[in-house]
Parts: sequence; C-alpha cells; structure tokens
Amino acid sequence: MNRRPWALGAVAALVFLFLYAPIGWLALVSFNDSRSLSRLTGLSVRWYAALFRDARVLDALGLSLRLAATSAVVATAVGTLAAFGLRRAFPGRGVWTVLLSLPLVVPEVVLGVALLGFCVKLAGIPLGFGALLAAHVAFSLSFVVVVVRSRVAGVDHRLEEAAADLGASPLVAFRTVTLPLVAPAVAAGAAFAFLLSFDDVVTSSYLTGVGSTTLPVFVYAQAGRRGVSPEIVALSTVMVAVSAALLIAGVLVVAWRARRASPASTFVGGGRDQ
Amino acid sequence: MARPRWLVATGLLAPTGAWLGLFLVAPLALVVQFSFATRDTGVARAVLPWTLRAYATALDPAFLPIFGRTLAYAGVTTALCLLLGFPLAWFIARHAGRHRTALLVAVLVPFWSSYLARIYAWKALLDGEGLVNRLLGAVGLGRDGGFLLTHGAVVVGLTYGFLPFMVLPLYVACARFDHRLVEASYDLGHARASTFFRVVLPGVFPGVLAGSLLVFVPSAGDFVTPKLLGGVEQSTFGSVIDDQFRGGNNWPLGSAMAVLLLVLVVVVLVARGRRGEDVL
Repeated sequence: MNRRPWALGAVAALVFLFLYAPIGWLALVSFNDSRSLSRLTGLSVRWYAALFRDARVLDALGLSLRLAATSAVVATAVGTLAAFGLRRAFPGRGVWTVLLSLPLVVPEVVLGVALLGFCVKLAGIPLGFGALLAAHVAFSLSFVVVVVRSRVAGVDHRLEEAAADLGASPLVAFRTVTLPLVAPAVAAGAAFAFLLSFDDVVTSSYLTGVGSTTLPVFVYAQAGRRGVSPEIVALSTVMVAVSAALLIAGVLVVAWRARRASPASTFVGGGRDQ
Repeated sequence: MARPRWLVATGLLAPTGAWLGLFLVAPLALVVQFSFATRDTGVARAVLPWTLRAYATALDPAFLPIFGRTLAYAGVTTALCLLLGFPLAWFIARHAGRHRTALLVAVLVPFWSSYLARIYAWKALLDGEGLVNRLLGAVGLGRDGGFLLTHGAVVVGLTYGFLPFMVLPLYVACARFDHRLVEASYDLGHARASTFFRVVLPGVFPGVLAGSLLVFVPSAGDFVTPKLLGGVEQSTFGSVIDDQFRGGNNWPLGSAMAVLLLVLVVVVLVARGRRGEDVL
C-alpha cells in the first residue's frame, strides 16, 4: 500500500463507533445512580446489587446456564459426528448440506411458532426445558458443523495414513492424530453453540413454560411490560460481558493452533483458505 | 474396512438427521398443515377439510401495507449495511495488516453479544430524553418526543443488529480480490469511479450477494426490533405472525403467513442461484 487511505480509515473508524457506542452507553448507564437512562448523575452499583437479590433473575440465569451447557454438549457431539460424515464425497451429500443449511435460513419466528405447534399439538412435549433444548440444539447444530467441518477439511490425510502405517488401529489413529488437530474447532463450535443458546430470545419466547423462563425471555417480558428499567440495563450489560468473554475465549482457542487458517473462514463457514 | 463409504457417512450423520428431522422438518411440515386448517381445527392429525381461507385472509389488501413495509425495511436495511459494511470490510482486508484478525473479532463482538441488550441500548439512545435527541437538538435537529416509534428507529436498529452479517462475507471477498486489477485499470486510464464500478464491484460481487442475503432474510423475519423500537405503525410481517400465535390466537392465519415468509426466503435464495455460494 503506497497511498495511505485516511478517508477510508476514518469511515471504518466511524462504523466501529456506530457498532460500539450503543453498547458502551448501555454499560455506562448501568452504573448510573439514578433511574435515568439518558443523564449520568453519579456512579453506583445499586442496580447490580438489586439483580443479585432478585430470585426470578437468579432462577432464569440458572436455567439459561444449564440449558446453554446441555445444548452446547449435545450440539457439539452430534455436529462433530456430522462434520466427519461430510468429510468425503458420497452420494447424497448434497441433500445433507441442504438440510444443514435450513436452520441458517429459516426465520426464527417461523422456527419458533413451528416448534410451539409441534410440541403442543403433535408431540405432547411440555413447554420448558425439554422443548427449549430441542430447539436450541436444532439451530446450533449447523454452526457447529460449519466450524468443525472447515477444520476437518484442513487435516492432512498423510498424517493419518502415517499413523496407520506405524501400526495404529483406526480408533487409535483417530484419537491420537485426528482429534487433537480438530479439537480447537470442536471447542470453538461448543463455545458458539453455548452463546447461541444463551442469547436466544425469539425462538425461546414461544417455548418457555410456567416457572421455567430463560434469562433473555425474562428480560424481554419485563421490558415489554414496564419499559426498560435500570435493572434490565444492568442485566443486559452482564449478558453482553458474558457473551463477549466467551467469544474472545473461543477465538483465542481457534487461533491457538489454527494460525494458518483464514480467520474469517471459521465464522463465515465453508470458506476455503485463500 | 470393507464398509462402503456412504454407509459410514450416513451413520455419522444419522443423529443430525434424526434431530433436524424431528425438531425442524416435522414442525415446519406441521405449519404447512395448519395453514390449510380453519380457525377451530388448528389441531394436528385432525381430519381437515382443506381450505385456503387462511391464505385469502393473509393476502387480504388489509395486510398489504404490512407486507410492503416489511420488504421496505429489509431492503433499506440491506442497502445501509452495504453502504457501511463495504468500506469497513475493504479497510480490514486491504489496510489493516497484522491487525486484521483483531478487527474482525471487534466486528463480531457486538454481533455475538445479547441481541436484546443491543436493542435496549438504542431504545435508551433514541428516547426523547436520549443522547441522540439531545445531540441533534443542540444543532437544531431534535425531534419532540425523540425518535422511537419511527421508521427510522426500526431501520437503525435492524442495521445495527445485522451489519456484521454483511461485513464478514464482504471481508472474505475483498481479501480474495486481486488488487493488481485495480492498478491495471488505472494504467489503462480508468478513473476511480469507473474502476470501482467496472472492476472492484464485479470482483467482490459474490460477497455483496452473500452479505445482502444474510442481512435481508433475518431483517425480513425479525419482529423484536420493530416491536421494541417501533409501534403499531411499524408492525411487520414477523410481528403479525407473532400476534397470531400469542394474543390473536389464529394459528391457521399465523401459519399461512409463516409459509408465505418461508416462500419469500426460498425465492430470494433461488434468485441468488449458485453465485456467491463459495463465500457463504
């Protein structure tokens, strides 16, 4: 680059400002000592203190964490198997690819009402944890497959063949050669699945049961009833912080061993290295 | 090791197939069935007198403005994301050097953080007392009561929510684009504008297409942003579907609308064809 693109850099900086200013303002206001969301009057952690005394918040948080962890484990296990299944061409692979792209393109509201109808009127699944788990695994699976698959494609066949030549059984070769190479992507897939579940509001809002509400659905219901309160803002800030920490951890894990892979291919999916 | 490859692959894919078949395909099929039911018989396995009544209602001229508004929101949002996302993607891909990964992660952090929190942030900012109104008021552009309950608020919220969907595929396309083509174009006497429209844009077009799709589809289906930042005048197709399944309790109508929304998505996907697929 011989010309310094000042104008372009300035535009990029403005776009970053657009991306971060609202979240930054939210975090700032959550430490405000008055109820106002527009004017800062002083620092205080009273809204955070109020959160930790609110049993409904703690219940919802507990359910969200259990749900996100369970959903991440199931989606990662099932999705990793699928990523290996799609490794080599075979008749019918196209059909599987289409099936796996469905959750990425079906609008969430459609998925939500469809699962509501399915659980209530056909399968007799009670709304609550089970129904939420079914939904969350369904929409996280594809992300896990996309992330793991791009890594599986990068595994050098010759390493596995060398293991076999040295007398390793297929299972031993998989455990000692293939799995360590793919592990970072599996961990990243699990982190993303956790985040998707932890943050979901639209689909979940149809499937929560009485007394079993997830944190985002609780927040949505509260704000719908009484507008955005400082407690809700503090809670939102906590959710942003949790998600950001997890995302950065996930990225670091991927970057740890997969330095050579293009970073975007991990997130955009299917992207081949340049 | 004589097992045929497709058998092994199918075995590995079986759990995925079972889960998605049961909790995605079957529910979607049920929605299609509901959409042909009458209001009282929105019950699975009931012997239905098939009817198109729900579709007739859904396509009633009364809903037409809502349909149009939804498409307009999604279209304007896509255009705005393209306008904001392209310079950013180009900058990261061509000028960020070793900071590329860090900047890409910086684009992703807001995207992966709480969706509701981001909408609430805008709710606080766009309020009559909010920062935006006070800043604009200082230069005489304020608005009584703030900017909530306006089309602008909804479009800003949607753009904010889905911008990273645009930046990522655009980034991939920009990073792959061979920059020597630009120099060749200059050498051949093209001006900057004509270089941009005749060389750069066609070169990164798959990314533009993929990004537009990733933004258009979720913004056409979203109802949380219009509900929280807009009002009755800003209701969208998504929010009407939501109403039918919650308060309105007209499942066949809601299902018919859900099917129409799915058809819209499929039409957009098919119109895209196979171009841009390698970036998505």
